Amino acid sequence: MEILLAFVIGFLFMAATYLLLSKSLLRIIIGTGLLSHGAHLLILTMGGLGGEAPPVLTDGARDFADPLPQALILTAIVISFGVTAFFLVLAYRTYQDLGTDDLSLLKGSDELE
Amino acid sequence: MSLNNFLLLPIIIPFFFGMLLIFGQRKLVYQRSFALIGIGLALLSAISLLFKVKTDGIQLVTFGNWPVPFGITMVADMVSTLLVTTTLLIAFFVIWYGFGSINKERERFFYYPGVMFIVTGVNGAFTTGDIFNLFVFFEVLLMSSYLLIVLGGEKEQLKGSIKYILINVISSALFVITVAFLYSVVGTLNMADIASKIAAIHQPGIITVIAVLFLMVFGLKAAIFPLYFWLPTSYHAAPIPVLTLFGALLTKVGIYSIMRTYTLFFVHDLGFTHQLLMVLAIFTIIAGCIGALAYFDVKQIIIYNIVIAVGVILFGVAQMNETALKGAMFYLVHDMLIKAALFMLIGMIITITGTSDLRKMGGLLKKYPVLGWSYLIAAFGLAGIPPLSGFIGKLLIAKGGFEAGNMWSSVFILASSLLVLLSVIRIFVYAFWGQEQPTHTQQTMDKKTYRTLFIPTIFVVFISIVYGVGAEWITPFMDDAAKLLSDPSIYIDAVLKGE
Repeated sequence: MEILLAFVIGFLFMAATYLLLSKSLLRIIIGTGLLSHGAHLLILTMGGLGGEAPPVLTDGARDFADPLPQALILTAIVISFGVTAFFLVLAYRTYQDLGTDDLSLLKGSDELE
Repeated sequence: MSLNNFLLLPIIIPFFFGMLLIFGQRKLVYQRSFALIGIGLALLSAISLLFKVKTDGIQLVTFGNWPVPFGITMVADMVSTLLVTTTLLIAFFVIWYGFGSINKERERFFYYPGVMFIVTGVNGAFTTGDIFNLFVFFEVLLMSSYLLIVLGGEKEQLKGSIKYILINVISSALFVITVAFLYSVVGTLNMADIASKIAAIHQPGIITVIAVLFLMVFGLKAAIFPLYFWLPTSYHAAPIPVLTLFGALLTKVGIYSIMRTYTLFFVHDLGFTHQLLMVLAIFTIIAGCIGALAYFDVKQIIIYNIVIAVGVILFGVAQMNETALKGAMFYLVHDMLIKAALFMLIGMIITITGTSDLRKMGGLLKKYPVLGWSYLIAAFGLAGIPPLSGFIGKLLIAKGGFEAGNMWSSVFILASSLLVLLSVIRIFVYAFWGQEQPTHTQQTMDKKTYRTLFIPTIFVVFISIVYGVGAEWITPFMDDAAKLLSDPSIYIDAVLKGE
């Protein structure tokens, strides 16, 4: 199971890298979304996929899933959610002000005259 | 154990005042005075914490009184306490400087809460003893830095902040990935526990891979050689007080994290990890020197000097002996102070001349002699002329390099100081000497604004002079820090066994 997920995560990272290298700002933001999905799945996988019961104390359950990675993922999800929301609004604002979403046209600040 | 909550004050006070400042955003007097009071209180608590750590040793508190590896532990040792104190000191003067420099529209739009939360994040990152909590504090400071870099919404800011956010989103994802790998190998998140577990398994190959991943993550934040390309364009967009905060604090958090992980976790395969760090540090210095000499833009020259200093400090860390680590600590605190001073000074030059292009400046020394000479002192301090602040740190780093047998690279570090001096003296020669330029708009800068900008600047310059001249008083603190960095067992024992 871990091997399978490793391949899935690897594919997500591959797609994310491909999208991050594209010119359109929206494709880049989609890429960051895929990147964080991959990262979150990776925490889950790296914590081990063992354990039958969910990490809630119930009678009769002996073998729990590792609760720590789940807490870490929950934290990472809300953080990346906040950052993505900010990034999307920034992209919107940039589109309004500069009239383009092509990153190769946003090079202006490199010239320092 | 119970009274140790004291060490949380430098984090909690800015956080609390940041929340208070969200209310009453239109009232400038309230915003300004409460921001200064908040940072002032936090600074006082940090200074008393510094002396407490000096006399009583490492202070720690684990939230919720959980036994140590299970809860989040906050650890105030000499390294983190020194950095926390310096951070608050700089933040205090930068806020003051901002009164004359940041425009009122920005001040009314959550500028001060942004500064308070960035200080919260930086202090938290310095103090935490948990690797995932470090990630969270990184995000706290990054989120506030996104706000501060884009606040105002000028075109150049929008362009710069897209790159800045993108690069930081990627490095944060890498951080999460690296923590996941580390957790799967050692099964713990507490830094002291991680260090002892890595020592128990003698750092197999996978841990060395994780060490390199950490170097990539923190190197992206700290701007080391192949990962520094985002920094000049993004930082160039920010207004001067924001640039001062970023230049003095943000890359230093990355440096601190490399320092912490490379002196605490990954100390069993020095031949690979620390050699790599040293080579990258040298390339960082070369890249920074090229940038600092290539531009005629004052902001850009000082920004590339940040990159050079990152290289110098990490070179000290890579030597992994007590002398060089002491030098790295000395240089780290020095660099935070002097970069703040230099950015504030060039901010004044830009306000007076109305341009950041050196070729359009000239002859400022006649009208602004005090500004000119304090710039010269700060420039000498940056280059490390003996009585000033940069000297002792670089001396110890080079000495440590010789002790570790890295003759040529240490000579190179010393030689790079010449290029640093050349790059900042160029600003002095172009801006302060020569003919006065007609483009200057001196008349628009009234006496009152000049004074609000100049008083905090001269304070920071003065503190950097005291730091250099009074190195004798600071040495005992640095000795403790270096001892702690060069011997990870001190930290591990203090956290895991409660001394």
